[in-house]
Amino acid sequence: MPTRIQKEARQGTMLLNMGPSHPAMHGTIRIMLELDSERILNSEVEVGYLHRGFEKQCENRTYFNLLPYTDRLNYVSPLINNLGYVMTVEKMFGVEVPERAQYIRVIMSELSRISDHLTCLAAMAMECGAFTVFLYKMKAREFIWDVIEQTTGARMTTSYIRIGGVRADLEPNFAAALEKAIKETRAVLKDVHGLLDKNKIFLNRTRDVAVMTPENAIAYGWTGPCLRSTGVYYDVRKAHPYLTYNRLNFEVPLGERGDNFDRYLVRMKEMDQSLRIIEQAATHLPETPAGVMAQDVEPAEAIKESRRKKVRTGVRLSPNLEGSEKDKYKNILAAEKGYVVPPKEETYTSIEGLINHFMFFMRGHGIRPPQGEVYFSVEGGNGELGFYIVSDGTDRPYRLHLRAPCFHIVAALEHLIKGRYVADVIPTFGSMNMIGGELDR
Amino acid sequence: MEEKKILDLLKLKFPEVVKDVSTTLGDDVAVIDKEALLPLVKFLKDKPYEYTMLLDLTCVDYLGEEPRFEMVYHLFSLPQNKRLRIKAKLGEKDLRIASLTAIWKNANWLEREVYDLFGVSFEGHPDLRRIFMYDGFEGNPLRKDYPLRKRQPRLRLRE
Repeated sequence: MPTRIQKEARQGTMLLNMGPSHPAMHGTIRIMLELDSERILNSEVEVGYLHRGFEKQCENRTYFNLLPYTDRLNYVSPLINNLGYVMTVEKMFGVEVPERAQYIRVIMSELSRISDHLTCLAAMAMECGAFTVFLYKMKAREFIWDVIEQTTGARMTTSYIRIGGVRADLEPNFAAALEKAIKETRAVLKDVHGLLDKNKIFLNRTRDVAVMTPENAIAYGWTGPCLRSTGVYYDVRKAHPYLTYNRLNFEVPLGERGDNFDRYLVRMKEMDQSLRIIEQAATHLPETPAGVMAQDVEPAEAIKESRRKKVRTGVRLSPNLEGSEKDKYKNILAAEKGYVVPPKEETYTSIEGLINHFMFFMRGHGIRPPQGEVYFSVEGGNGELGFYIVSDGTDRPYRLHLRAPCFHIVAALEHLIKGRYVADVIPTFGSMNMIGGELDR
Repeated sequence: MEEKKILDLLKLKFPEVVKDVSTTLGDDVAVIDKEALLPLVKFLKDKPYEYTMLLDLTCVDYLGEEPRFEMVYHLFSLPQNKRLRIKAKLGEKDLRIASLTAIWKNANWLEREVYDLFGVSFEGHPDLRRIFMYDGFEGNPLRKDYPLRKRQPRLRLRE
């Protein structure tokens, strides 16, 4: 079947495929170009190569089980996806999350935002020939991912933010690691500013290339750094504050021209602000009693003992559960039962705990939000990341729809590259930060 | 009570077509007749309300109910900083609704997505075809009667 561009093609022009697998396309996307020598007359963007039926899958998973699928949406900032989904469900319930958990969430989502921007700009700079910048930014991202790995146990597929709070409390030496990551990132940002801001090659390829007007950006539904680069002031963290963002001081950087360079600069400045938020949140973080891993009995022993009498001693948990001991629950998870995994100590040692455990994980039980529908959004790496959930009162969502920010942004690619040269596709596409997992769902 | 205002105003301005307004969990919701979609969003997009951004557009399949489908639009007004959800029911027999491509540019892809996954056709859409699934794919995967495990391999699988 001929595509639209084939039907519309003029005589004497050349049709050229860019992608789906192209070294300068980070992600699988196909751009079909109609060319008059180097000039792009017309183009068509084809997406869907990474469509894996996220929404259909979610309709068939329980609210607890579908959390790992959200990691795989924007795989560069999985924690923000977790947060968006989790807070949508919490909005249905009206859950009160402990303050410490809220600050942990803020820190984690800002770290993810930095890693998202770093990845985007690293790839963009590399494609413009600045390989040093790529390596510097990857180095900074490594330090940030060290903190994330230490806290969540995974680098990318975190599933850390849970309904009601977070999975586990912070590591004892979290503050030191965070300080190191902030210091290294600051240094890298300074270096990158020095390398790129007045770099003639970079400026030639990005300044006044692919200019987006504010009107068009709004008409295309752009959000996030791309919208702000056109000078429109809209940030979900300011417009509809969630978590503790209204208690933290930060600015929303704006661009002026809405070209590729502004999209780069807004992201750079946003990382500065994110670092600022993290530092503030780290000082506000409420104290928690120093965690001691109970050194008492093994679960198997405890179960054996509990057959005869009620176990009073602590139970030694698997190292995987470090940070989610029972005495930490009140700091990191909401108090209400029913949507929080019951503490493992109770599950292992008492019949009531075991019943609670099964009631939570059994099909048809567990997390069951009231009937109704809800839309909630957080500021993701690319913009407004919104979840629309329709609940019919059962343990799985009747319908779950994701408002993927980069879907709207990539939809404008055809418009942006029209009339430009083939070489302009690369920085334009790079500055959009297209993420296949989120775009194609 | 700004949010009450816009909903009341919609009811006052379009008494026949606005069937129900409510505020659930802090979200403003208006249920309308599908014929009234275009004039209503044009009214909302203009001054003084300026719902200039189409945040999201999707569909829900209520299998077994009549009308079966429901289109859901999320609008956003930058100056007012308010979101508004508009819903319109679609019957299975007449699965058509006006396209918003003339008003919002991102409606193009969003409507293609709904067309692809639900089979709703949009009148006035310039280029209505599948976006995620490939040409030759049969059925609409997000409908409730499409089985989760159904496979449509493009190459014949080895026995």
